[in-house]
Amino acid sequence: MLRKITTVGMYGLAVLWLFPLLWAVWTSFRPRELATSWSFSADFTLDNFAKVWDAAPFDQYYINTFLIVTGILVAQMITATLAAYAFAKLQFWGKDVLFVLFLVQLMVPADILIFPNYNVLRDLSLLDTKIGIMLPYFASAFGVFLLRQTFKTIPNELEEAARMEGCSWFQILWRVYVPLAKPTYIAFGLVSVSYHWNNFMWPLIITNSVENRPLTVGLAIFAQSFETGAQWAEVSAATVMVIFPLLLAFLLFQRQFINSFIHSGVK
Amino acid sequence: MGELRAKWKVNMYAWLLLLPSLIFLLLFTFYPVIQTFILSFHQADLGSPEPFFNGIDNYKQMLEDEVFWKVLTNNIWFAIGTVPTSVALALAMALFANKALRGKSFIRTAYFYPTVVPMIAVANIWLFIYTPEYGALSHVMEWFGKGDMNWLGDQKNVMWAMIFMVIWKEAGYFMIFYLAGLQNISQELYESASMEGASSWTVFRRITFPLLMPTTMFVSIIAFTNSFKLVDHLVIMTKGGPDNASNLLLYYIYETAFSFWDQGMASALTIVMVVLLLLVAAFQFFGMDKKIHYN
Repeated sequence: MLRKITTVGMYGLAVLWLFPLLWAVWTSFRPRELATSWSFSADFTLDNFAKVWDAAPFDQYYINTFLIVTGILVAQMITATLAAYAFAKLQFWGKDVLFVLFLVQLMVPADILIFPNYNVLRDLSLLDTKIGIMLPYFASAFGVFLLRQTFKTIPNELEEAARMEGCSWFQILWRVYVPLAKPTYIAFGLVSVSYHWNNFMWPLIITNSVENRPLTVGLAIFAQSFETGAQWAEVSAATVMVIFPLLLAFLLFQRQFINSFIHSGVK
Repeated sequence: MGELRAKWKVNMYAWLLLLPSLIFLLLFTFYPVIQTFILSFHQADLGSPEPFFNGIDNYKQMLEDEVFWKVLTNNIWFAIGTVPTSVALALAMALFANKALRGKSFIRTAYFYPTVVPMIAVANIWLFIYTPEYGALSHVMEWFGKGDMNWLGDQKNVMWAMIFMVIWKEAGYFMIFYLAGLQNISQELYESASMEGASSWTVFRRITFPLLMPTTMFVSIIAFTNSFKLVDHLVIMTKGGPDNASNLLLYYIYETAFSFWDQGMASALTIVMVVLLLLVAAFQFFGMDKKIHYN
């Protein structure tokens, strides 16, 4: 009995959780006069999307977001791989101190330092640039720790065997460690991409031109330009447009996404 | 002699490998914190073109500032409201999603998807849900014959509305960590428990919950840090209002720095934030960690 109630409750929760998305999608396809009414009719239209696409430079925003997310990801993969190898496999002077310094970044992430980091970027004359949005995130302590855990589980014998065969140190990293840590790279990549695709506050502060603004900031500006509820249908359409690529990717790779998390040592 | 040289070589290697990360860490974590610490002892606002040293005036002013106390109290309530609930819900979700016989991937997707949606988009959707008269919530209240409520415009309701939305956004993310944790518990433990005829509640209380303790700790820390980090929705939904009822520390820093241009005060507030987060980290690191059973 109790088990049945829980089951029903948990399915109910799933429906409740899905409601906001379904409602937004529904509204985005409704004619604007009907957007605020709670009626079920067969009226659907693509007008809202057409209007939104014309009203704001969303194509440019997509490109910007794509460039920013890719740039951060590539830089993070490189810096994190190198640092993780050092922490996992080498004994060196100052290791413990450095480890603690990296730990601090986990607790005091760049998101909290919006004001001081703005000053740093101003001093570097990088305000309102894409590279400026990316720079604070080029080193990821989270990525370093995640990869370090994985590298630690790779036996040293593999490295020695590769060395016997005359592999250079870089080749060992590239041919032994990176392939074996693939699930971790995927999990970290997913976290990083969704995080930076969604990041808002930092780019909002840094950018003030269309050429550099990511989707999130563009969406906020678009939504804020409406004062009344009359344009709900359009704001919903814009919202759905911004959510769509990431959501689609997630739905397509749902299983791999969740499994790579579970098996990557994110615990 | 050769050994010393080998050692020196490894040291050099290691430091070179760490250098790229270290540069960005120093430039965007440590240097800004130190600069901010210094600036927090200066008057630096629109009225003072050249910042000048004013000792602990900013901190004094902060302690007398009603808004600061309100924002700090709000943030603590926000943490109390979101952290335990979303963590508990995440655990329930994981236990269910791990076992659910039908629609396993549907259940996981439904719980998890809010995580991949940008907060700014979430804010747009929930703004509509919470709007009086037209919003989804108002329609639902109507069905139950209840009067309309102004969720975001009323000081009494706005924090609840925000807390509920953030739980919706975050619980599914924490569920993933619990799913990972559940995979690590050996099946043998469950088998021997069922041999002894233990009830499912006993199994949860004696096996599952204690063995998931490290996950709970980890997730709680992320949830707590997030309760100080999540402010995007305020830009769209309330701007911290009405009368600062939904304002949070980081949004207040943002306003102080970029709307009022009071850089000295923004620095002092940032320092308070950093100290707060480091204290929690230290508490976790030295206090709680020892009591947890790792397997």
